[in-house]
Amino acid sequence: MTVRHIVGASVPRKEGWDKVTGAARYVDDMVLPGMLHGATVRSTIGRGKIKQIHFGPGVDWNEYVVVSAKDIPGKNCISLILDDQPCLASEFVNHPEEPILLLAHPDRPKLRKAVEAVSIEYDPLPALHTIEESERQSTIIWGSDNTFKTFLVEKGDVDAVWKEAAHIVEGEYLTGAQEQLYIENNGVIAAFGPKSGVTVWGSLQCPYYVHKALMTLFALPEEKVRVVQMETGGAFGGKEEYPSMIAGHAALLAMKSGRPVKIVYDRMEDMAATTKRHPSRTRHRTAVDRHGRILGGEIEFTIDGGAYATLSSVVLSRGTIHAGGPYYWPNVRIRTKAVATNTPPHGAFRGFGAPQSLFAMERHMDRIAQVVGISPVEVRRRNFLKSGQTTTTEQTIKENIDLDRLLKRALELSDYAAKKKRFAEKNKAGTHRKGIGIAAFLHGAGFTGSGERYLNSLVGAEAGADGTVRVLVSSAEFGQGTNTVLCQIAAEALGLPYENVSIAQPDTTVVPNSGPTVASRTAMIVGKLVQSAARGIKETLTKTGLLHDDYSPEQFCAGCKEYIATHGALKSYARYQAPPDVYWDDEKYRGEAYAAFAWAVYVAEVTVDLTTYSVTVDDFVALQEVGRVLHPVLAEGQITGGVAQAIGFALYENVVWQDGRMMNNQMTNYIMPASMDLPPIRVFFEENGNVHGAHGAKGIGELPMDGPAPAIVNAVEDATGVRFCSIPLLPEDLFETVRPEFNEQVVFPLARGTS
Amino acid sequence: MRADPADYRLVSPGSLQGVLSLLAAEPAQWLPIAGGTDVMVLYSAGKLANRNLIDIWNIPELRQIEVFPDRISIGAASTYTAVRNHNVVAREFPLLATAASWTGGIANQNRGTLGGNIANASPAADSLPALLIYDAVLTLISVRGERRVPYRTFHTGYKQTILAADELILNISLPRRFSKYFSHARKVGARNAQAISKVYLAALGQVANGAIRDVRLALGSVAPVPLRLNGTEKMLTGKEIAPSLIDAARKSVLKEIRPIDDIRSTARYRSAVACNLVTEFLAKLAAEGATA
Repeated sequence: MTVRHIVGASVPRKEGWDKVTGAARYVDDMVLPGMLHGATVRSTIGRGKIKQIHFGPGVDWNEYVVVSAKDIPGKNCISLILDDQPCLASEFVNHPEEPILLLAHPDRPKLRKAVEAVSIEYDPLPALHTIEESERQSTIIWGSDNTFKTFLVEKGDVDAVWKEAAHIVEGEYLTGAQEQLYIENNGVIAAFGPKSGVTVWGSLQCPYYVHKALMTLFALPEEKVRVVQMETGGAFGGKEEYPSMIAGHAALLAMKSGRPVKIVYDRMEDMAATTKRHPSRTRHRTAVDRHGRILGGEIEFTIDGGAYATLSSVVLSRGTIHAGGPYYWPNVRIRTKAVATNTPPHGAFRGFGAPQSLFAMERHMDRIAQVVGISPVEVRRRNFLKSGQTTTTEQTIKENIDLDRLLKRALELSDYAAKKKRFAEKNKAGTHRKGIGIAAFLHGAGFTGSGERYLNSLVGAEAGADGTVRVLVSSAEFGQGTNTVLCQIAAEALGLPYENVSIAQPDTTVVPNSGPTVASRTAMIVGKLVQSAARGIKETLTKTGLLHDDYSPEQFCAGCKEYIATHGALKSYARYQAPPDVYWDDEKYRGEAYAAFAWAVYVAEVTVDLTTYSVTVDDFVALQEVGRVLHPVLAEGQITGGVAQAIGFALYENVVWQDGRMMNNQMTNYIMPASMDLPPIRVFFEENGNVHGAHGAKGIGELPMDGPAPAIVNAVEDATGVRFCSIPLLPEDLFETVRPEFNEQVVFPLARGTS
Repeated sequence: MRADPADYRLVSPGSLQGVLSLLAAEPAQWLPIAGGTDVMVLYSAGKLANRNLIDIWNIPELRQIEVFPDRISIGAASTYTAVRNHNVVAREFPLLATAASWTGGIANQNRGTLGGNIANASPAADSLPALLIYDAVLTLISVRGERRVPYRTFHTGYKQTILAADELILNISLPRRFSKYFSHARKVGARNAQAISKVYLAALGQVANGAIRDVRLALGSVAPVPLRLNGTEKMLTGKEIAPSLIDAARKSVLKEIRPIDDIRSTARYRSAVACNLVTEFLAKLAAEGATA
């Protein structure tokens, strides 16, 4: 073996060179002969019946290809879980920006005018825009009760705990919608041939989700649908389910026109029409003893799913399972639901429900501490889950975790105790208030419960006669490092140099279905399968006597060459096998929710400026136990980026809604934090290993989205003494809460002799 | 990009005379475009109503910055970068240099121009409060000739100005008599850079013998136009800075401003922050102004 320790080393990114030199090809770089451009005519109202469609004057409609729901050869839906979302609205619209017609034209700028020349008459129907309006059921917009999904988790006997409680602590916590803001907007190119069927090239996370949706939409068998992932400029969940919609649209136009069709959204359309993070409301009612130990409690978690079911049930599931945080609940009842409103469907976004319910849990822990009269540190210490205890779903923690030690280290790294003391002194005067806050949390890696079993992922590896190996997965690279990490794992498994391993462009005619690129599952679940598939190649060669135990890359190459000369190809596949001791009950929502959890304690230090009511994060410590770090630079990048995105979630990013429509769908008015708004983000890892992941890895992609918002708002409360329960926490909110009498004056120290 | 380039005409006469002749020959038909940092945002969103654009980026007379013993004259098409890097501006008009450095990002500063900021007439423009308190004088030019107008008379309403349809702003002239003032600016945006202001304060003050000798206050984003606080200035002049005076100043500020609720903030927040910024300035003036 000439190469060692590829896993754990910060090797160059596989696609890094192409990205840096501009050679990487994104979908908008691709032009096919005779290609048309497509555009979408969308609803302008929240809910109503379509009466009539007028094609206005000033446009030569003969130049345009027009597609409506009537042109759909298969089922008019975006096939995902419930198949309730139409690809094109035909009779009713249920949210603003809902697609109704598709137009194509060779000249891109000509499309905008045509879209504007289409006017649609509606009979408006009453629309619902908030969780509360949906719950009131004054009108039913979905199913029989406006509810997409409910879950109930019950452990122990909650009804018995109230009478034993020294304190009963209640709280309500709200989180807002958030836009994923990938750099590259959603875009695809589609082509159609009577023999070849549908081909789509797109910016996407889950090639086989798009594949399945197109099969349903076109009533085609799987071999007549081909999906290729182009280089993808960010996704964050925003390209999990939505690409099935835009791919369907381009493919319908391609079929009708007989020419390839490109649809690439501009930023305004992407922000207004595509998915965002689910807004949420969480209510806690917790019984604690006089020491602040949780005896039991009720948690109600509700998310706004928008107009169609899409992924809301699974987002709700993850939010439900994470609602109890990293704490031991002897008794708990968690009731959760996803409700319908007449806004564009909310969807996948990094963290997937967990940032919402964990925000509530971690704000509520500080509240419990106040009521009991102990510190935020102590209340967490007294309630942390320990090895051998069970989670809210009664999953026994088998790994050897020590959250107390993790907390202690985070406090040391952030100099918590000294700062806390210093800030209390400094805050007695002046125009600025400083505060420090903590959040402890966990994030489950991989699909929930039986999800991985249903996915039944398949991964391949193929050796070439030149001794190189290609990884075959549908797992997509979109900036997070899939290509690099999976190649590291394969190279390590085969004892080959990293350079000798490559990864195939995800193309459903080339790669097997290794599942969607979501849920922090790629390094852990897919990585483990890549390792098995790679080992399979080695085993094939050793079994046929073409390779011996201790080999060089040259010997490996010779073995491959000989094998391929005889057998034609050298491929190996590995399929997911559920761990034997994992039990999950989908009905009772009980059992092993995740094969592994990553654990973390984050500490945020903030300054509140009483002149402008703005909050600045001054320092941020992110400490996490992630099993094993496979690539230090990429791992740190994931955490840093996630913390930055979560700072946006906490303090900046505010979707301004009006009748279900996003009003600030431009980057000048939707404010994400930029470099000058971010503190030093200090990232630290602990690595305890994990039997279920490749080389002991757990998931890390979503984890950093969970902790910053509660840590920051806890710090703001520490600074101001005011309890904030809703994010984004904007200066305007702080102003209204801190100073209801706005002309009350901030007292500035005046220089001596002038007062 | 939501506009169709085929719908727009862009001409570039290349000389001041050429531009002025066209503006005179076809009055109100042409929108001058210098750096385009505002025009192109509208264009990209498909909201640029004016279809005829006349390029004034390449007119040498508009890009000169000239220093005279009693004033500095800044060509209207001088970029923010040129303005902030000019040593006389940086030394004697720090509020203008600061405003230029706080406008947009580096790319905007390399393209955006001071005259464009004035003509675009946004009440949220960051350089305009500074021009108000530095007593800027504008030279306007057309084929009919030149006229000099005090900048404080330029804005007549929201996005309304006294600029005639055939006129360009030639230059902005600032008297060199503010270098002894204590100066202070504060931009309150939705983030620390690359944000449009929710409230902006530019202020100058002089303290002598414990009392305010002269004070100049201008706010952005709190009225339909960039606003000079004449009443508050008058009320403060000659007084000693004390808590009771600050109280009175806050009340006076509230009387002068006319903030609104919009997509970026609320009228209540803007009112409170405007008062706080004036308070902060007066406290600093009391502490540091005597030595300035």
